[in-house]
Amino acid sequence: MTTTVQTAEETSLIKEVDVHLTIKRFNPEVDVRPHWREYDLKLKSSDTVLNALIAVKGTIDGTLSFRRSCAHGVCGSDAMMINGENRLGCVNLISSVGTDLVIEPVRGLPVIKDLVVDMEPFFAQYRSVLPYLIADDDPGYKERYQSPEDRARFDDTTKCILCGACSTSCPVYWANGSYIGPAAIVNAHRFIFDSRDQAANERLDILNQKSGVWRCRTSFNCTEACPRGIKVTEAIEEVKRAILYDRS
Amino acid sequence: MNIHYHSYDAVIVGAGGAGLRAALETAGNVRTAVITKLYPTRSHTGAAQGGMCAALSNVEEDYWEWHAFDTVKGSDYLGDQDAIDIMCREAIDAVIDLEHFGLPFSRTPEGKIDQRRFGGHTRNHGEAPVRRACYAADRTGHMILQTLYQQCVAADVNFFNEFQVFDVLFDGEGASRRAAGVVAYELATGDLHVFTSKGVLFATGGYGRIFQITSNAHTLTGDGPGVLFHRGIPLEDMEFYQFHPTGIYGIGILLTEGARGEGGILRNGLGERFMERVAPTVKDLAPRDMVARAIHAEIKEGRGAGPDKDYVYLDLTHLPPEQIDAKLPDISGFVRTYLGLEPKTDPIPIQPTAHYAMGGIPTNVHGEVVIDANNTVLPGLYAAGECACVSVHGANRLGTNSLLDINVFGRRGGRAMAEYVKEVDHPDLPRSVVDPTRERIDAMMHSSGSEKVGAIRSELQVAMMRDASVVRTGESLQDALRVIHELRDRYEKVTIDDKGSVFNYDLTEALELGSLLDIAEVLVLGADARKESRGAHWRDDFPTRDDVNWMKHTLAYRDESGAIALDYKPVVQGRYEPMERKY
Repeated sequence: MTTTVQTAEETSLIKEVDVHLTIKRFNPEVDVRPHWREYDLKLKSSDTVLNALIAVKGTIDGTLSFRRSCAHGVCGSDAMMINGENRLGCVNLISSVGTDLVIEPVRGLPVIKDLVVDMEPFFAQYRSVLPYLIADDDPGYKERYQSPEDRARFDDTTKCILCGACSTSCPVYWANGSYIGPAAIVNAHRFIFDSRDQAANERLDILNQKSGVWRCRTSFNCTEACPRGIKVTEAIEEVKRAILYDRS
Repeated sequence: MNIHYHSYDAVIVGAGGAGLRAALETAGNVRTAVITKLYPTRSHTGAAQGGMCAALSNVEEDYWEWHAFDTVKGSDYLGDQDAIDIMCREAIDAVIDLEHFGLPFSRTPEGKIDQRRFGGHTRNHGEAPVRRACYAADRTGHMILQTLYQQCVAADVNFFNEFQVFDVLFDGEGASRRAAGVVAYELATGDLHVFTSKGVLFATGGYGRIFQITSNAHTLTGDGPGVLFHRGIPLEDMEFYQFHPTGIYGIGILLTEGARGEGGILRNGLGERFMERVAPTVKDLAPRDMVARAIHAEIKEGRGAGPDKDYVYLDLTHLPPEQIDAKLPDISGFVRTYLGLEPKTDPIPIQPTAHYAMGGIPTNVHGEVVIDANNTVLPGLYAAGECACVSVHGANRLGTNSLLDINVFGRRGGRAMAEYVKEVDHPDLPRSVVDPTRERIDAMMHSSGSEKVGAIRSELQVAMMRDASVVRTGESLQDALRVIHELRDRYEKVTIDDKGSVFNYDLTEALELGSLLDIAEVLVLGADARKESRGAHWRDDFPTRDDVNWMKHTLAYRDESGAIALDYKPVVQGRYEPMERKY
């Protein structure tokens, strides 16, 4: 059987485009404060913002620094601010975000160089919520059982890739250095609602402190920023309710 | 340049699945440092989707011996059967361990770990597909990476994040040398760190970035094999490199075999279902190596699609839209994001994508690195995961066996290293061990040549894709070798823009390129020498498997002058006799 298929060009409108990038640069060895640099280059409309940065680095200015690894939205290396919104560079195409791009490091974490921010405060917040299964029963040599319904209870928050897009989009996080941030709460949620875990109360106590969930002002920036589509604000609300009603 | 000195019992290089699993065996037991050029959760284990096979028999009858048979057959009889037995037997423990660590497996209605079918995994020696793959939705690798990292946080593992290892240290000379540490470059400061240790385990992952189209992360540049090869450690079976048939055109992101399992069809530029000609019975569900070769042939013979006729289509348009939504949501998302196409109505441009290295640093079943055809152990040196070659995958890896490999041999390597370091003294090294790395970095920082890293790298990737990928000939491999030698000369004249010491990826990419060139050369030399076709290594000029002359592992050595020599060692045979590989 032979059928005719259309070419990608006919169906997807891949074309060459002129891209204008305005990137916030900062080199701590030279600069006193950040400054803007502009770059013009030709790309395909199907290229990602990450491709654009790689092209700048490879062909125009090798001193530009940014993190990248998997390049398809699962490793969480390349959260950045693109035209004012937190996104991953590798899952946003020129054809969807436009050819005139303003790129900055995410806010709320110290900038080290160009788009590279200090992730240590973020990971310290993550570690503070006991982000690992705590269960002192002895399951022996078999798996613990868990019903599909119990498994589904925390499915959404298992998707987190720790990119930091949520926390660094949060106005409270920007303003208040002690707020634990949405990402840490998401990772606490993942265990608080896991039927196998026995340390929900400890985590709820941590999140009930003044650095915890009550700082959240429900702006939904985090939910909009999450590249994995996690309902971050809803997870935070569930933790708030658990503190109020479920803590034993 | 500031230089810092650290002393540990054990150093683990790389923090993907294998490195983290090893760390869980050593941390809290012996003083351990885990060094990664990324953050652990950025490692490429997180990109794996399908599952991890183990004969749990949770949903239907299964035995680890059946799993072993499938793995041996899948390896095209180049896998070592002692190691394969161990992997398939310990698979069950490895899955249970992960569940106890908190991994959120998908569950059966009664709450057990669910299992599903996967390519090449069968009941009773090939009778029918078997449900053997334990999985967590289509994010199994992500869950494994997160879970192992969580356990490392619980165990307070000492991580050195964004430290890149550029040298391995030895104590003693020649036959009496033992591993004694590594030298790492700190990305945030440009400082060098000398880690002296009694044991060193490499778990640096793959090197798909020698190819133009790959499912691998930008960071998979063969750092571990590159460093060890430079220090005279051989590399094993490097000519066996798996291409997954269906990568997104131009990008290489994987579209799972499940798309064809659901009824997807491969079509060439003329709209023909070419797999009907190639594999009349199983058609589009032929084994990975066969499908990748068929796609290659369509493109080479001018029946590809697109302006350059360099891809074919994965066509899902005849499937019910609700089936695509229910069964293939993730790959549909990738297609929409990266191609702007709708898989329900548009055929998807695909091409084979460089996916997995079967070869690597030779080890025994304890993760100990072995350095010759007699399997002589180099004390204190270990490797696990994709960078290692045990060999459990032989000439062709079965789907899911990579997630299994990192767990089983990460654990074994970590345990063996923890025991070893308790028995030996701490090495005593002069401060000058840092000099070769410092000189290399200094030279690159002060380079003033005319060549750019990006240009050399992309020319290498294009040449390897064209001449040394799915289908090879003596002639194409000679062409590749010529290009590599030319690029090597140009690499001597490479220069970088960034002369700073803070997050200087310009520098690290330049040094990584050195490893990519080494690995590409070893791959091509091994492939040129191997005058047969086996698993992922296909020679158009020698299109059959030759068990009489070639059922043996390749070992490639580099001498002081940089010349590369090949040697061979026998495959470990077992209960499964070689036979023709038909499915």
